[in-house]
Amino acid sequence: MRFVDEFRSGDVARQIAERIAGLVEPGRHYKVMEVCGGHTHAIYKHGVEDLLPPEIELVHGPGCPVCVIPMGRQDDAIAIAERPEVIFTTFGDMVRVPASHGSLLDAKARGADVRMVYSPLDALKIARENPDRQVVFFAIGFETTTPSTALTLLRARAEGIRNFSLFANHVTIIPAIRAILDSPDLRLDGFIGPGHVSTVIGLRPYRFIARDYDKPVAVSGFEPLDVLQGVYMVMRQLASGRNEVENQYTRVVREEGNPRALRAIAETMELRTSFEWRGLGFISQSALKLRDEFADWDAEVRYELPGVRVADPKACQCGEVLKGVIKPWECKVFGTACTPDRPIGTCMVSSEGACAAYYNYGRFARRRGREAEIAGLEPVVREPASA
Amino acid sequence: MEPRQPAPAVAPSQRSEGEVLDAIERRRRRPHVKLMDKQITLAHGAGGKSSHTLTQTVFLKELRNPLLEPLGDSALLQPNGGGGPRLAFSTDSFVVKPLFFPGGDIGELAVNGTINDLAMAGGRPLALSAAFILEEGLATDDLSRIAASMGAAAERAGVPVATGDTKVVERGKADGLYISTAGVASVNRGFELSPAAIRAGDRVLVSGTIGDHGMAIMIARGELELEVDLESDTAPLHELVAALLDATGEVRCLRDPTRGGVATVLNELALTTEVGIVLDEAALPVRPEVSGACEILGIDPLYVANEGKLVAVVAPHASDAALAALRSHPLGREAAVVAEVRPDPPGMVLLDTAFGGSRVVDMLAGDPLPRIC
Repeated sequence: MRFVDEFRSGDVARQIAERIAGLVEPGRHYKVMEVCGGHTHAIYKHGVEDLLPPEIELVHGPGCPVCVIPMGRQDDAIAIAERPEVIFTTFGDMVRVPASHGSLLDAKARGADVRMVYSPLDALKIARENPDRQVVFFAIGFETTTPSTALTLLRARAEGIRNFSLFANHVTIIPAIRAILDSPDLRLDGFIGPGHVSTVIGLRPYRFIARDYDKPVAVSGFEPLDVLQGVYMVMRQLASGRNEVENQYTRVVREEGNPRALRAIAETMELRTSFEWRGLGFISQSALKLRDEFADWDAEVRYELPGVRVADPKACQCGEVLKGVIKPWECKVFGTACTPDRPIGTCMVSSEGACAAYYNYGRFARRRGREAEIAGLEPVVREPASA
Repeated sequence: MEPRQPAPAVAPSQRSEGEVLDAIERRRRRPHVKLMDKQITLAHGAGGKSSHTLTQTVFLKELRNPLLEPLGDSALLQPNGGGGPRLAFSTDSFVVKPLFFPGGDIGELAVNGTINDLAMAGGRPLALSAAFILEEGLATDDLSRIAASMGAAAERAGVPVATGDTKVVERGKADGLYISTAGVASVNRGFELSPAAIRAGDRVLVSGTIGDHGMAIMIARGELELEVDLESDTAPLHELVAALLDATGEVRCLRDPTRGGVATVLNELALTTEVGIVLDEAALPVRPEVSGACEILGIDPLYVANEGKLVAVVAPHASDAALAALRSHPLGREAAVVAEVRPDPPGMVLLDTAFGGSRVVDMLAGDPLPRIC
């Protein structure tokens, strides 16, 4: 497949892996956080860790949009979905997220009209086709998906579509990164910055990480070679004592981001004073709501919502996993009470969640690596089959 | 921008990583005794873990008998108390939407699907039954087209539809029509195809490109607005199977990777025979159109349904002969050796990625859901 296979080449990967290994200071342990769930997914799906020296540990960050939605918001979503006049549209990942009384998929089985869409524009299309129903879109995601929600809203207004509204849960990545940097539990050496968020916001918002916290950042793409090169760029900065925001994903990310997308967001949405993140608690100015001019399309205005703050299940440690404080397998319920087919926490639901990625893809490869370490062997780096 | 509410004190699990992973493996093997779900969801029909649990906890529990227990693609009957040829017996239902799609329609699918279930037992299909559940309002022109296509498929395969039934339900109670077919085949070979015959060292072959049917259907639904030229691979496989079994007597087991795809079939084999199966990502035949669409939708072609492909496990020294036999048949031209059976890790399917890493390929949890970014 063109434009994909080039970024999955095993030969190039081995060359980069050798260079990374050459940058490791003997005796030093490196913790590099990949901020975005898309990175976590790529790392496990392609076995990127198998190519890294054991001194480098990848820590999974908070950038999984499904994972950070708190249970109370999920309850609100289900309350909207269960209204008889509503067609509730959502990205597929959200339908299996457990709320207080089951998931959206359970609500659908009870009779709610829940439909999966790939874009908010599809939801708007459903609204056009069903003028006698109310169509609500469950808007979630970081700055990556926010522009498409904003543009859909502008189009709904331009076309005068009144039977359409948004349940806005868009969050912003910078406050979450700052919360992690301020967290006393975690010592990180550097960041693999989120690629798609950066196509929108550009590189400038990350500068405080290098300037105020002395950590290198490499904004990276989502193919396995992108991630590996991102690790290399962070390691190269560490080896030369630099702390900068570098751009690995130059084929997509511009320094200034995407001004048109940012304008569309600014036109339709504004910061909430505070928003609850699953496991991270309330973070000020970390999420967006619709501006008052768009109240007619705001599901939070249109419908009376329970709006109850629901504590996460006691056993669930998604918050610690999201902050990278514990590894997925260190959660008490990982793999026993909480599995991809019967998830308790959000991190086990989304394919971008660290727990689901580790459970579905990573659990044997990691074990093999550990056994090799225990046996005092060299880290596992497979020889190419053809060589 | 401090989090206002301090995170709860961290109390990580006292278990080591190895203990956690071992516990997961024990849990995966534990037979399901009770269905925990209060109601049926679409996940129960997706062919993955939920379907598996439903079958174990409801159907096998209530209907258990030695014929059903192996849960193969078809049951093997020994009429007349032994001696003569055995009969393979199988049934399948078809609820595909849309009814007509590039490369076929629900009628052709219903004929080929049951023929393929029978073929996986190494049988020569003798006859099929067809039961129709029609929705009030269905255009008779559509029904005629579907019936004609079933007739053509039966004719091409040389397997008659020998008996049938029709029911009509009120508007809104069925999506146009549903078809259920059943069939019998005579099994005349001297050896039995069974997962129990699988040994470490065996090779796993697929008879062609994977994921064509499932992806063609997803695209035909028109919800994705993807313009991809892709047809369903629906085809009767009994002649391909005959060619394979004529070429080598060392085929261990055949499977029909429909719903749940190749990954689900291999997981079932690994779990029932307690072997490890290691796939080579670079060897997997996948059409560029399928891998491109899967990439966009965040779906793994290993889990996407096939309707004209088989998975064969063969003895290591028979692998070349098996590959040649498959490739010499029009339905197996793109056959490939894609995996090897290993003693470890028992019950698991792994994938060596083209990138140079490795990962687990587990049974699917829930529907194959798209990633959102």
